[in-house]
Amino acid sequence: MTTTSTAEHRARTATAKPMIECRNVQKYYGDYHALRGIDLTIRESEFFSLLGPSGCGKTTLLRTIAGFEDISSGVVLIDGQDMQDVPANRRPTNMVFQSYAIFPHLTVAENVGFGLRRDPRSKAEKAAAVEEALAMVGLKGYGARASHALSGGQRQRVALARALILKPKVLLLDEPLSALDRKMREQMQVELIKLQRQVGITFVLVTHDQEEALVMSDRIAVMFDGQIAQLDGPEALYARPTSRRVANFIGVMNFLPAHVLGETASGVEVDVPGLGRVEIPMSNVSKSDPGDEGPTVGFRPEAVSLVAPGQPQQSRATAGVIDEVVYYGDMTYYDVRLDGSASADGRARPVRIAMRNVFGREVQDVGTRTNVSWSPGSLVLFR
Amino acid sequence: MASGNRSQKTQGLGLIAPPLGYAVLVMAAPLLTILAYSFLKDGYLTVIREFTFDNYRTVWGDPIFHKIMLRSLGVAALVTLVTVVLAFPVAYFLSFVVDPRKKSMWLFLITIPFWTSYLIRVFLWKVILGYNGVINSGLKSLGIIEQPLTFILYNVNSMVITLAHAYAPFAILPIFIALEKIDRSLLEAGRDLGESRIMTFWRVTLPLAMPGVVAAALIVFIPTIGDYVTPALIGGGKIPMIANMIQAQMLDLDNRPMGSALAVTAMLIVAIMSLIFVALNRRFLRVKQ
Repeated sequence: MTTTSTAEHRARTATAKPMIECRNVQKYYGDYHALRGIDLTIRESEFFSLLGPSGCGKTTLLRTIAGFEDISSGVVLIDGQDMQDVPANRRPTNMVFQSYAIFPHLTVAENVGFGLRRDPRSKAEKAAAVEEALAMVGLKGYGARASHALSGGQRQRVALARALILKPKVLLLDEPLSALDRKMREQMQVELIKLQRQVGITFVLVTHDQEEALVMSDRIAVMFDGQIAQLDGPEALYARPTSRRVANFIGVMNFLPAHVLGETASGVEVDVPGLGRVEIPMSNVSKSDPGDEGPTVGFRPEAVSLVAPGQPQQSRATAGVIDEVVYYGDMTYYDVRLDGSASADGRARPVRIAMRNVFGREVQDVGTRTNVSWSPGSLVLFR
Repeated sequence: MASGNRSQKTQGLGLIAPPLGYAVLVMAAPLLTILAYSFLKDGYLTVIREFTFDNYRTVWGDPIFHKIMLRSLGVAALVTLVTVVLAFPVAYFLSFVVDPRKKSMWLFLITIPFWTSYLIRVFLWKVILGYNGVINSGLKSLGIIEQPLTFILYNVNSMVITLAHAYAPFAILPIFIALEKIDRSLLEAGRDLGESRIMTFWRVTLPLAMPGVVAAALIVFIPTIGDYVTPALIGGGKIPMIANMIQAQMLDLDNRPMGSALAVTAMLIVAIMSLIFVALNRRFLRVKQ
């Protein structure tokens, strides 16, 4: 598929030179504090995502990098150069707009060649460059078409070709896949990754879709309320979120109240009603967000599994009763009340467990007693 | 489904039939009368019912008609140019600068000139531009001029000023609507792809606003060419336009066939000019936003 593996690519970009540096970037709209001190370094050739709910400031941050918004204070550097007095049209960035912003009065080729006006090359060379850019995004031979005759996916490709033909140092993508249907979106995700590896340009993607960010990015900055809540690679972000808010935003996580018993050399010892005493490894302990509810242990629905009594299990097992079954075809979600997890009102809050439906494994019924198998390494502690 | 569509269609036609019938009647009847008259012979004070092309032959061969028609086209073209060029910045300001919540108030303000009759507005321009008008007496009392300025009254300049003012809202509104329709991210895309604000205006905003500009030009050009009041009042009657010539034939000389032939000819010329103008701009009009 790609010439370099994802792991190789990430290892290389982790030590590459910084391409975008934001230092304490603040942005006010009147009284509204849209960006609250963004510190961020995005490296050369990196596929970087800004992920967050609407209104978190991710698009504002992208637009300040593009030069469409002035910042109230702070510094934005691109390739080491301060962007303070550099207008949008002189920045080494190009953007793929959410609406794609295809010029309706121009043909596909004229759209793609729009930015080449001051290019010193001859007309024929420019036409060849346009044709090459179109071929790169899979639209060979579409040049003469009117832009309004294109489908959503094709418009997206034109927008990509139009930006990439200028060989920017950074390509900015503002929710580029949100207007596409699911099939098309999944296809474009793969194509975007391929394209990014191929051209080697730094991609900065803004999205509210956690799955999209996990699929495509080398690193992800999760933003809430104008601040970066966590900046990590996809696996780390999913497996070890540093706050309950991040954990909740990315996928589903079960939370159980925990009593901290003490720290050991390798981790933190806690007592969790329903799970018992467990030592959580230090790498899975986050001190950033205790919240109102005190220390909490979290785990992903697929990090634990249901096993019938007597079957092989992970290192630990807890008994419980199935409270709810939701069948999804490829997956079944079980809500299980763990024995001994009853809260003050006497009712146990069920935990959600996701099981892949494999051949030979029957879907369990509501009310069945079962064992939940887990291991301490799949738990995270927020204290 | 198809029958449902048909019955809906019939229903729709039924609904618009009365006003449509009325509109066709009041537009077609006078037009057909004029067309019929233009092929008849003129007997002094009467119309002789005898088919002839003589009226058209006379019209096309008449040097006075040539001169007046050319002048009418020239004045209308000049008025159109001035009006559109002045209206564009106003429409641009309205669309791009004015706070969206205040746009309707601004549009309302632009229509204020319509609160007074066209005749009164034209007459007021006479007061402003006249020999002892506001401008001349003002400049004289300030000592800037000694003799009244004559280039602003009873000539083409004064007619252009008056008509450009009268038709300004008609030009502003279609351009404003065309500008409002432009997706703002297209302008950001223009900047993003390396163009300055001015070049983005030239390569993106203006081409996309052209349907509005074309509409504005036609809305100003077509009625201006047949304007009767302004040449009569502001032009002082010394520089007649085609409408004045038709009026003279129809009423003063009581030659209705000749007046009709003039009217039909002028109408054809205006129609052809408009079609040429639209054809020249067809690539802008085809754009689907």
